[in-house]
Amino acid sequence: MSTIVTPGSRPNRSAVHRYLLLLWHDKFATAAVMFLLLVFFAALFGPALFESASNRINLLARNAPPLSFQHGWTFILGADSLGRSILLRLIVGAQNTMLLAASAVVCSLLVGSFLGFIAGYRNDWTSAVIMRVADVVMSFPSLLLALIVLYVLTPGIANVILVLAITRIPIYLRTTRAEVLEVRERTFVTAARIMGASPRRLIWRHIRPTVTPTLITIATLEFAFVMLSESSLSFLGLGIQPPAFTWGAMVAQGQSYLSTAWWVAFWPGVAITLTAMSLNLFANWLRIVGDPVQRWRLESRKKTS
Amino acid sequence: MTGNNRHLVEVRNLSVEFHTQDGTVQAVRNVSWHIDRGETLAILGESGSGKSVSSSALMGLIDIPPGRITSGEVLYRGEDLLKASYERQRELNGSKIAMIFQDTLAALNPVYPVGWQVAETFRAHGVGHKEADSRALELLERVELPNARARFNDYPHQFSGGQRQRIMIAMAIALDPDLLIADEPTTALDVSVQARILRLLKDLQRERGMGLLMITHDLGIVEGLADRVAVMNGGEIVETGPVGQVFNAPEHAYTRNLLNAVPGRQGFPASAPSDERRDTLIAVRELSKGYPSSSRSPVVMALDRVSFTLARGETLGVVGESGSGKSTLARTLLGLEKASNGTASYKDRDMLQPTSSDRTVLQRQIQMVFQDPTASLNPRMTVEEIISEPWAIHREILPKKDWKGRVGDLLEQVGLSREHAQRYPHQFSGGQRQRIAIARALALQPEVIICDEAVSSLDVSVQAQIIALLKSLKDEHGLSYIFIAHDLPVVRSFADRVLVMRKGQIVEQGRTEDLFTNPQHPYTRELLQSDPVLGGPVAA
Repeated sequence: MSTIVTPGSRPNRSAVHRYLLLLWHDKFATAAVMFLLLVFFAALFGPALFESASNRINLLARNAPPLSFQHGWTFILGADSLGRSILLRLIVGAQNTMLLAASAVVCSLLVGSFLGFIAGYRNDWTSAVIMRVADVVMSFPSLLLALIVLYVLTPGIANVILVLAITRIPIYLRTTRAEVLEVRERTFVTAARIMGASPRRLIWRHIRPTVTPTLITIATLEFAFVMLSESSLSFLGLGIQPPAFTWGAMVAQGQSYLSTAWWVAFWPGVAITLTAMSLNLFANWLRIVGDPVQRWRLESRKKTS
Repeated sequence: MTGNNRHLVEVRNLSVEFHTQDGTVQAVRNVSWHIDRGETLAILGESGSGKSVSSSALMGLIDIPPGRITSGEVLYRGEDLLKASYERQRELNGSKIAMIFQDTLAALNPVYPVGWQVAETFRAHGVGHKEADSRALELLERVELPNARARFNDYPHQFSGGQRQRIMIAMAIALDPDLLIADEPTTALDVSVQARILRLLKDLQRERGMGLLMITHDLGIVEGLADRVAVMNGGEIVETGPVGQVFNAPEHAYTRNLLNAVPGRQGFPASAPSDERRDTLIAVRELSKGYPSSSRSPVVMALDRVSFTLARGETLGVVGESGSGKSTLARTLLGLEKASNGTASYKDRDMLQPTSSDRTVLQRQIQMVFQDPTASLNPRMTVEEIISEPWAIHREILPKKDWKGRVGDLLEQVGLSREHAQRYPHQFSGGQRQRIAIARALALQPEVIICDEAVSSLDVSVQAQIIALLKSLKDEHGLSYIFIAHDLPVVRSFADRVLVMRKGQIVEQGRTEDLFTNPQHPYTRELLQSDPVLGGPVAA
């Protein structure tokens, strides 16, 4: 036991420093965080810096192939069918993409897990009602639902977020409920109940921390799913409306040129994949750091290195 | 077998190490023992002593890596099994050396009928289907599986733990092995079932003349069953010899400590003389709890008109086998289950349907310590958060600035140190975790602590320490205990008064000394006789 490095054994180091050190010992997570920071800054400053440049049409550079400097460094990833720089469009599109995917994922995560906690903790008729409604949403193909809603409402970024969030709520709801049902029967929850802990305390202090890692992992996987769903909506013309665009819309747009100019759809696809993967690696690191039983994996590596 | 120096199985100077995250761990060092046909050797040790490692080496069950056998040899009739080919090892396993385990539900395949599984042992060795089935049935009848013919096609989950262990034994002896290894075979079973399984093992050994290697932590089993014993501690055999000799005149200090730690060997606790003067804390009258069952069978009574009282400063032992309703009793008193009938009061406050102000008092005055401290402490909270949680729930008791100091005080009272407050539960051993759970129970300065099998998942010597701790805390804080256990010796050494429960009813209650020396009810007598530690004196 004395071999375990306890937090606080190095009082001279701040918490931030300690977490950075823990991050550094998971090299994959470090790379993932760096990529995510890149995407984050692109989303934050991209449109302000390159908005006009990314919309500039250059017919000479139509479907220009990637990895050539013939048209300048902005065309390193090639150009699309209107001769716009794919690199700049990726940077500018990051904002809409991240805004849309993050909002949809966060909304469905919050609503879904909240309902899941209620359904799991109460496990009475409220639970039955919540679960049947979730079944109804699940039994409807999500794309079809999105089509109908967006056909009735006007397509736009807020409505796309709304539709994507609603169709993905049951995923979180069902997982949360199942986990809560299991965790609430554990002895440490019973122990707290005997002491007189209120339901709110039981859920917040005991059940929630145990369930959260699972939900975070699902959310990162959902992130990629939402980005791709949005691209299918864009493909059908019901997603985000031009001139605004997202990575998903770029994939959809490149689809017709797959045989002649594969890079038009390829690079936005790579961006989506890398973002989803980075989020997943980061979530994995977060899970290990947040679990006192697992944390030694990162700390022991620290000792040996 | 003709030579005198040729044993059935002999382990010589075996050393095994494991490579783990924290470096190399020596699992066993220079372990030597031997066993002959018709002989019972017990390897006695607490958890982590390495008692199972040498038998795993014998069966070729050590995973390499992370394990590594650094020295020694394991001889079966003079043949070194550590050098034997994988094929040869497999040939011996099961047919010449067989093994039974503690967890019978995990060891039997849940999707096949038990008869099929026993017969499979024969079929695997080329016996025809009809013949295999009839020999399997014969075996199941031999191990006294009740109603073996009718239950031949039942599945493992349809049997009780003791019955499953019988089935496991039938499979193990199917091919007439020379050596049967029993790794904690009765640890999960009730005492009366345990006694019957041990008797069966002894009979089978005599009948077939096989060697029996018993791996256990239970001194009572060793005393009742083994011819010779090897006591292990920290990966080494500290003492070995005939059981009578080792137990009557232990040479090593560890063995002496272990023997002294066994509960139930010393005299009875000095119970307070004047029971009448002490005021009653908890009074339970005619408490019943029925579970509605399927329409055909009648209601199952988990508690059936249970009446008793708990006086201030008293330790009330509740004993019974699994399913006797002793845990339901605790859960009902704490309001986790709804009683169907009867009353229970704490100092004239209704415990079953308390008013909200009464409930706060009850939650403060009655605490609980659970069986498994690993499960009862939230793994994501630090020790400080765990112990101060009662104050976070009952805000009025202690201002937040005093929490830290009080947690430190409590940790010291239960034999831990202040610095432990910032650690997490998994960084402690089982005994230390139970100390943390006890500290949490003490946080609200309760009058009553209900211990539900609080020491039964701990090693014997740790058990003794926790019991000693509970005793000293009782005097210090004026506590009363309801001490629920299936282990009679523990109750005997700790409780002032004992209730014996069976099928939801109290069959007998009385002062500990009276009950153990002069049991009135036949069931109490049966329980006492089946206990490996207590059984001897009662039968004599």
